[in-house]
Amino acid sequence: MTAALVTPSSDGLTAARERSRELRRPKPRRNITAHIFLVALILYFLLPLWWLFVASTKDPQGLFTGTGGALWFDKNFSLWANLQELFTYKGGIYLRWLGNSALYSLVGGVGATVLAVLAGYGFAKYRFKGRDFSFAILLGSVMVPLTALVIPTFMLMSQLHLTNTIWAVILPSLLSPFGVYLMRVYAADAIPDELLDAARVDGSGEFRTFLRVGLPLMRPAVVTVLLLSVVGTWNNYFLPLAVLSDQNLYPVTVGLGGWQALAASNNGGGTSLYTLIVVGSLVSIIPLIIAFLSLQKYWQGGLSLGALK
Amino acid sequence: MTNPAAAVASSRAHPDAATKAEATSPKPRRRRSIRRAWIGWLFIAPFGVVFLVFLVAPLLYAFYLSLFSKGLATGTVFSGLGNYVKAFSDPEFLGGVWFVIRFAVVLIPIQMAVSLAAALVLDSLTTRLAKFSRLAIFVPYAIPAVIGTLMWGFLYSPVFGPLTSIFGAFNQSAPDILSSGNIFGGLLNVVVWQWAGYYMIIIYAALRGIDPSVYEAARIDGANPRQIALRVKVPMISSALVLILVFALIGTLQFFTEPQVLKPIANGAITASFTPNIYAYNLAFQFSQFNYASTISFALGIVVFAAVYIFLFTTRKRRGGFSS
Repeated sequence: MTAALVTPSSDGLTAARERSRELRRPKPRRNITAHIFLVALILYFLLPLWWLFVASTKDPQGLFTGTGGALWFDKNFSLWANLQELFTYKGGIYLRWLGNSALYSLVGGVGATVLAVLAGYGFAKYRFKGRDFSFAILLGSVMVPLTALVIPTFMLMSQLHLTNTIWAVILPSLLSPFGVYLMRVYAADAIPDELLDAARVDGSGEFRTFLRVGLPLMRPAVVTVLLLSVVGTWNNYFLPLAVLSDQNLYPVTVGLGGWQALAASNNGGGTSLYTLIVVGSLVSIIPLIIAFLSLQKYWQGGLSLGALK
Repeated sequence: MTNPAAAVASSRAHPDAATKAEATSPKPRRRRSIRRAWIGWLFIAPFGVVFLVFLVAPLLYAFYLSLFSKGLATGTVFSGLGNYVKAFSDPEFLGGVWFVIRFAVVLIPIQMAVSLAAALVLDSLTTRLAKFSRLAIFVPYAIPAVIGTLMWGFLYSPVFGPLTSIFGAFNQSAPDILSSGNIFGGLLNVVVWQWAGYYMIIIYAALRGIDPSVYEAARIDGANPRQIALRVKVPMISSALVLILVFALIGTLQFFTEPQVLKPIANGAITASFTPNIYAYNLAFQFSQFNYASTISFALGIVVFAAVYIFLFTTRKRRGGFSS
């Protein structure tokens, strides 16, 4: 296959630009103001995370009247005890929520990505009647406020008796018009028509051409859309809040939101629940932060796609 | 996932003899292009089905429901556009719309300023600190809005947060950010924190895409770094800026999660009709007024469309962010 040898021409171009950028730019001056500005930004953006980590190590007593103040550790370090309490509280319901979040976001995210890749490739590489019109509708739909669809979706689902099932969360998550848009823009540039024609002349069927030639060339965009849709589903709150009423089906966002409301309405009685909310929040963000940090070379390029065109 | 399978089957059923025959006679070529068109639709079909079922159908259904109203004595009766007349004169809905519009007008410039400034600084530095701060600014985007809001809620709280002791050190009493007078600023901070990094990354990527020889030309013409940033870089990434402005506008008008999560701890500062989405949620799930809730959802969609259109029209970038 020639596919492996051919890379999108823009990659080589970016590398060349990068090189000439290094050459032409004057030696980086120690720009003090710029660095102070950056340090201020780092402090601001990491402050809540620091607080969350510190608070997770406190026992309920320390959370309220800690010896070190809100932003420093208490004399008692009880992170492990808190974690144990979190995972065993009410028969380990938190683990269940975490599992639900993983299920919804993986199935929803992978499904949305598969649909977006197929549709983006179809829009970019086939000419057919109605293509431009359907794509215009798709672009218009990027503007449709998706949360305004939540209540209508709920009512449609309840007609179909699908509310309070995992499908009520997963199926609507498959919709990603922006993913299709990104995929089309990327596929149009990254996959040369000549390469597809060459594969066809060699006797490769249309779908096999897509799998063997098109798909490998779309990989950076695929990772970006996958990451964005997995995170989007993991972070979703309004939709599961509306369509689920069984606590055992909650994703972690809805579960923690519910604990918060419970703790606030209980006032003093919710003391230990606050500890669980804090440590539960910490645990729930770790998978996403790891995913973003380990895949950064993909999404940093991919996110710009929509903006550059 | 039956459709891709069908695509495989069809391409196997018709071996690509047509591809080879095309050079010899025009007829098979036409047949081939028809077959291609059909395959193009097959690629789009799975997404198309989801699009119809979860976007078009809910919209139509919401519109259908919004044409009826339910009264205690009358039951469900057709009321035409009566619900819309009611919505656009309903002080609770209009109050929510007014809040999100005010919020967008204050939020978007702040957010743009923070993310643009950060991106411009990061674009001009290659130090390790710059790399680290790029990630630090972006990290909040990976955190669910619910968790972000919970964390800030704790930080605002006079019991858990640092404000009481910080202000106490200066013998001042800490402001209550969760009171109805300050909640606007409190929410503003949560949203800026959550989204500025995402916008920063988009702007940053657009800046990296500019050919640096442009800067060289500007430098030869005597431009200083600040002038290059404001007069050369910013205009060259204007389509990226318009794109994220539109995203910010759409997102803000649909405001739901942050106020909904702060509501239990905000002692009445966040009402049942604080934003249009919260209002629709409460109408549906607290008061079971599904017809009117659909009307509010649909009316919110109309407001968003109008706002985006007005925005794109006034920036005269109607084809700026999106083009096929």
